[in-house]
Amino acid sequence: MADLPLYNPGADLALFSNPAFRPTAVQRLALALVAAGVVAVIVALAGGASGAPAVWGGLALAGLGGGGVLWALAGLARPAGVRAEGTMFSSNQARGAVGWAVGLVLTGLYVVLYFWPAALGGLVALGDPLSRLLRGQPATVANGGQWFLYTTVYTLAVAVMGVRALVRYRHSRYHVVRTLSVMFFQTVIAFALPFFLVRLGEPELFFLYTWPLDYDLFFPWKVAELRETGRLGVAMLVWGVALIALITPVLTFFFGKRWYCSWVCGCGGLAETAGDPYRHLSDKSLGAWKLERWLVHGVLAVITVGTAALWVAAVADVGWLDAVAVGFSNQYGFLIGSIFAGVVGVGFYPIFGSRVWCRFGCPMAAVLGLQQRFFSRFRITTNGGQCISCGQCSAYCEMGIDVRWYAQRGQNVVRASCVGCGVCATVCPRGVLRLENGPDTSGARRAGAPANNLITDLEIL
Amino acid sequence: MHVVIVGNGIAGVTAARHVRKASAGARVTMVSDETLEPFARTALMYIYMGALTLAHTQMYEERFWAENRIDRVQDRALSLDPARQRLALRDGGEMPYDRLLLATGSRPAIPPWPGASLPGVQGLYHLSDVERMERDTRGIRSAVVVGGGLIGVELAEMLGTRGVAVTFLVREARYLPRVFSEAESALVAAEVRRHGVDLRLGAEVARVEGDERARAVVTADGERWAAGFVGVGTGVRPHVDWLGGAVETGRGVLVDRQLRASAPNVWAAGDCAELRDPPAGVRPVEPIWYTARLQGATAGLGLAGRVRDYAPGVYFNSAKFFDLEWQVYGATAGDGDDWERADGARSLRIHHHDGAVTGVSALGVRLRQDVCSRWIAEGWPLDRALADLGAARFDPELTAPLLA
Repeated sequence: MADLPLYNPGADLALFSNPAFRPTAVQRLALALVAAGVVAVIVALAGGASGAPAVWGGLALAGLGGGGVLWALAGLARPAGVRAEGTMFSSNQARGAVGWAVGLVLTGLYVVLYFWPAALGGLVALGDPLSRLLRGQPATVANGGQWFLYTTVYTLAVAVMGVRALVRYRHSRYHVVRTLSVMFFQTVIAFALPFFLVRLGEPELFFLYTWPLDYDLFFPWKVAELRETGRLGVAMLVWGVALIALITPVLTFFFGKRWYCSWVCGCGGLAETAGDPYRHLSDKSLGAWKLERWLVHGVLAVITVGTAALWVAAVADVGWLDAVAVGFSNQYGFLIGSIFAGVVGVGFYPIFGSRVWCRFGCPMAAVLGLQQRFFSRFRITTNGGQCISCGQCSAYCEMGIDVRWYAQRGQNVVRASCVGCGVCATVCPRGVLRLENGPDTSGARRAGAPANNLITDLEIL
Repeated sequence: MHVVIVGNGIAGVTAARHVRKASAGARVTMVSDETLEPFARTALMYIYMGALTLAHTQMYEERFWAENRIDRVQDRALSLDPARQRLALRDGGEMPYDRLLLATGSRPAIPPWPGASLPGVQGLYHLSDVERMERDTRGIRSAVVVGGGLIGVELAEMLGTRGVAVTFLVREARYLPRVFSEAESALVAAEVRRHGVDLRLGAEVARVEGDERARAVVTADGERWAAGFVGVGTGVRPHVDWLGGAVETGRGVLVDRQLRASAPNVWAAGDCAELRDPPAGVRPVEPIWYTARLQGATAGLGLAGRVRDYAPGVYFNSAKFFDLEWQVYGATAGDGDDWERADGARSLRIHHHDGAVTGVSALGVRLRQDVCSRWIAEGWPLDRALADLGAARFDPELTAPLLA
């Protein structure tokens, strides 16, 4: 199902031909602010902001943040409801020149961040005042200031684009609550809390994540390190074990993997906010589904075997195994942690959609997915024979699930990858889909048999 | 056995799938002039609006047709020779069949107003209508939409997304008076107006004015509305002219309870079929997407040798008026009384007669089809159905219930 071409010149032409897409006065002001923010970033990158980081940093923040929020609020001028019109004509959202430019800039920033952080020196300095305020130390490349800047920008993206999501989905209480949830977890638990801990002289801890997403949490040297840091470090270890071994299976049984992937997780939070404009770009083909299953479970298998090998090496003290295990750890961090999750996962948002990492790479999603597929009540139910095959559910599924395949044959959707964002049910123009996790009262299997009000004694294709 | 299906809309596609499922050996060929890839006609509006591409509306991945051995031919059927069991195609010559399904759908019925044939005056049914509309609405500032049915409101919504000022002329004094209660008509009218459409009720079109294209619509009471484009949603007519006298036709292809036409080995399903002897509560010609799918399933089994009566079950239909979804089940008009609740943005109406629920109409409220159908099929008393409303809810989680 080739929907949009990899480069879509038609979207660029529509920019000029469709008067409905011309920005309003408020949107033009927002764009001007964003442009000012971009200028501040460029000046800083060129080293021109070192004299007054607070001024240039403030300009960048006000421009990108304030401009973004203003753009988002401009959406209030349109009636509340599903406003998907124009998506497939948008140069930004439909793989036009703007989308490619955004993708290349994002990818470029990730590559520089991971491999040539020194080049970001001027930009890192912008974060200095905030860094002193939040964690009581300056922001320089020497002390990992680029990661402080990255986390700040990441959180800002979730917050600003979160406002956009709140405006866009304001007709749906489910989406409003869900969006507030990811905004809270990113800004408070993932961003503010770790720095607060640092100020208190405690280790920087991220309570949102556990193994296998936080892949080295249970590595032998990490465990030793945390135990040395005292009570809080040990508490983090206990919490990490409880999260993966107890909380995850229980919550996933009752609510599906959505409790984590589209309500709590920071990667999911970015996808649901900053990535929302690109959600329809996921590949819906059967081939992509096959690739997804091999890759995501492959990553889970690798990190599981690797972690086990590290412990064997640490305990048995086998020389050659030690070398292999350390090599594995480095390679995994580089290939999966950096390239897959960052460069490909986020950098390619405007080309391959917002959930590339979550769908093809995240080992936590793999664990949650297996639980959701086999040990959960969660499903998306289909409302009898109401589907009109329009295809919006599939088009706007960020995980690339061909939801319509199920809906048009009247079958419930039970899929490992579904993050329960609920957008399929929202965009459905006929109210055919509903996220459910109550006990199944009909007595049928959770996935159910096709029953679309047609001829019931035949298994319909 | 060679089964030929003329038309690849939902009736044709559903029939093809059912033939294959019921008969592994049959050769199935689906002929359509419109597209090679069957797509969802219901989604045409979203293509124009840019919410979807044409590819998104295609019902199955390409591999589906090969896997299920359903051959597709893009060609136009010109005539039918039922005596020799042959179909004449525009490009492909004669195509012999053992069994034939006519599933050619409808065509927009444009009333014979003076000026109705001007460029820029059209309905919305085929993919070519969207292409024409794309071409003819480029650069226009205002448009008129005529006809207060489901297509009219789609046209108004489509045009609004292109920044076109829309005047919506509806002949009736209120929206869909035969289907809606007064409160429901008012709710839909408010929704249409909320989206900036100038809805004019009680407006009868007298003529379309223009030169090389449409420029304005004049109503019977002499009002003149500028219109660079005139969208017409006044109804459709079964597409059966091409058959000549090959099979008996009335408004559509006349079929029996098993959906068989007058000629041997010929079936008809969907918009183009007319039931000689419809079951109680069913209209002879019912140009509804769901009906086409139900008839396609019935005819498909018949074509494969498992002939059965067309038995649609409890009637249902749905639509969306801008952001207001509508679901309807059973009979919601006629004898009986209404139980009705509304909160200004949504409404729920249960029609009951002689102590039994006969129909349900919901605007802005999502209901479970199997629950509502059961109330109606089993003739539940109103208070029992009301007590069961919780089970009928299909609104998204966290939605405030209409009735607390």
